Amino acid sequence: MKKWLGISLTLAVLLAALGAPWLAPHDPLRTDFPQSLRPPGAAGHPLGTDQLGRDLLARVLHGARLALFIGGCTVVLTAVVGGLLGLVAGFVERWPSTVLMRIVDVQLSFPFILLAMTINAIVGLGLRNIILSLSAAGWVVYARVVRGEVLSVKQRDYVQAAAALGVGRTRLLFRHVLPNVAPSIIVVASLQFSSFIVAEAAISFLGFGVQPPTPAWGSMLSESRDFLYVAWWLAAFPGAALALTALGVNLLGDWLRDTLDPKLRV
Amino acid sequence: MRAYVVSRLAQTALVVFLSLTAVFVMVRLSGDPVLLFMPMDIQAKDVNEFRQRLGFNDPLPVQYARFVGGAVRGDFGESLRYRRDAMGLVLERLPATLLLAGTSLLLTFAVAVPLGVVSAVHRDGLLDHLGTISTVLGQATPGFWLGLLMIYLFSVQLRWLPTGGMGGVAHLVMPSIVLAAFYSARVARLTRSAVLEVLSEDYILTARAKGLGEGRVIGKHTLRNSAIPIVTLAGLEAGQVLGGAVITETIFAWPGLGRLTVQALLNRDFPVVLAAVFFISLMYTLINLVVDLAYGWLDPRVRLT
Repeated sequence: MKKWLGISLTLAVLLAALGAPWLAPHDPLRTDFPQSLRPPGAAGHPLGTDQLGRDLLARVLHGARLALFIGGCTVVLTAVVGGLLGLVAGFVERWPSTVLMRIVDVQLSFPFILLAMTINAIVGLGLRNIILSLSAAGWVVYARVVRGEVLSVKQRDYVQAAAALGVGRTRLLFRHVLPNVAPSIIVVASLQFSSFIVAEAAISFLGFGVQPPTPAWGSMLSESRDFLYVAWWLAAFPGAALALTALGVNLLGDWLRDTLDPKLRV
Repeated sequence: MRAYVVSRLAQTALVVFLSLTAVFVMVRLSGDPVLLFMPMDIQAKDVNEFRQRLGFNDPLPVQYARFVGGAVRGDFGESLRYRRDAMGLVLERLPATLLLAGTSLLLTFAVAVPLGVVSAVHRDGLLDHLGTISTVLGQATPGFWLGLLMIYLFSVQLRWLPTGGMGGVAHLVMPSIVLAAFYSARVARLTRSAVLEVLSEDYILTARAKGLGEGRVIGKHTLRNSAIPIVTLAGLEAGQVLGGAVITETIFAWPGLGRLTVQALLNRDFPVVLAAVFFISLMYTLINLVVDLAYGWLDPRVRLT
């Protein structure tokens, strides 16, 4: 039940994102003042229009594209950077590893959303910078989980045996240790994915991150606040899209964890 | 015990110091704070005077030394926007945030722990399924969307509650529910799994075998033993509540530390940003220390070293 709901919701969002240019009835940026603030069901606009007469359905669909793109890039970036650092920190127990893990501790001692927002406000707004800010705040989770896994995996007999046979350190790390910590990386990535999407929306909602008129769910919700008295649909649909995406990805992540790595706590 | 507390306090000081240094470096790397702050049409002469007055013309190490020297005394300089002591501004906003965060944490534990316990005790029953559905939905619903929906329902349509600001109890209702919603979902899920784990232990079987009533088995033997993971999460969540407060305070125009931080970041008012970062990291690490101390009390087997 959980599994199928998760898979179908995630697939639906993925389809919406990939098919946005064909599914959307209009250009998400095209303004049409005479048609502004039409309620859902208005002719040609199934979800209505916003204060500039832009089609809400088109904006929500393109918002899915943006959300998945940002979430996807951030997950890949954090998994590669955090995963590699954690891998090396667990494998080579020297002082650079200690320093690295102290940095991880310090960074984990700060609320994630606040950290990402502060970095974003300082380095600057826009699509590329929001991905970089979320990554800079999010890589530590992988580093900590992967290091812990490596510390236990490298004591196992098959790794010891490979080392005794004279396998080089690099090969040992990537051929024998990495495949055995990969499930944890996949599970952390799937659980992080929705928190990145929600964090991006929250940061854009607060006025950083992705800026209008780009159709991002967060900034659409932020703009909807001024029209809450007259146009509920501007707040309802982008938020529902965001919540359903988070729900689908969360369920998928839970299922992946139960299947691949039931003991993992993130 | 005392040595442990002293060393943890020293670590706290280090964490706070490193966070401040990181923010200071990032701010200076991101460009000239005066140019970023000033309006576009300002004259070069005024920029220079402003820069001179605030000490931005000195070499970077000098600025850093002055910053650290001030920070240890709690002095972060003057807010660029309000022309007032940055620390004073932060302290002024602190009680509002503590009130909001405290209310939500109380609400979280008053709702989530009983929910989790009931779910676990009636495993796979109707209540458990209802509990699971509500926690899964609660975790997926972003706080700022929930906030907007509540404002629409309770302020716009029903006119029961004010849309924002701080005042009587009515002002506190929506912000604290929104802030509590997300964390309640996590705490309820964790409580459920912690209680389930304890319920399968031998000593629970023993307690039942010797004829103890279900109330005592759950109330005394189970709850106390499942408290450790719940308290751990409480500590971690207390910090995340500070992060959540940033968003909640902005939606409901709650005059707290979170909203001040967002505004200071939007206005590039960096002395205020640094003072806020100082307070947030200090509170977060102190909360974690209190949580670690609570372990020793909850579980005498835990040795603090």
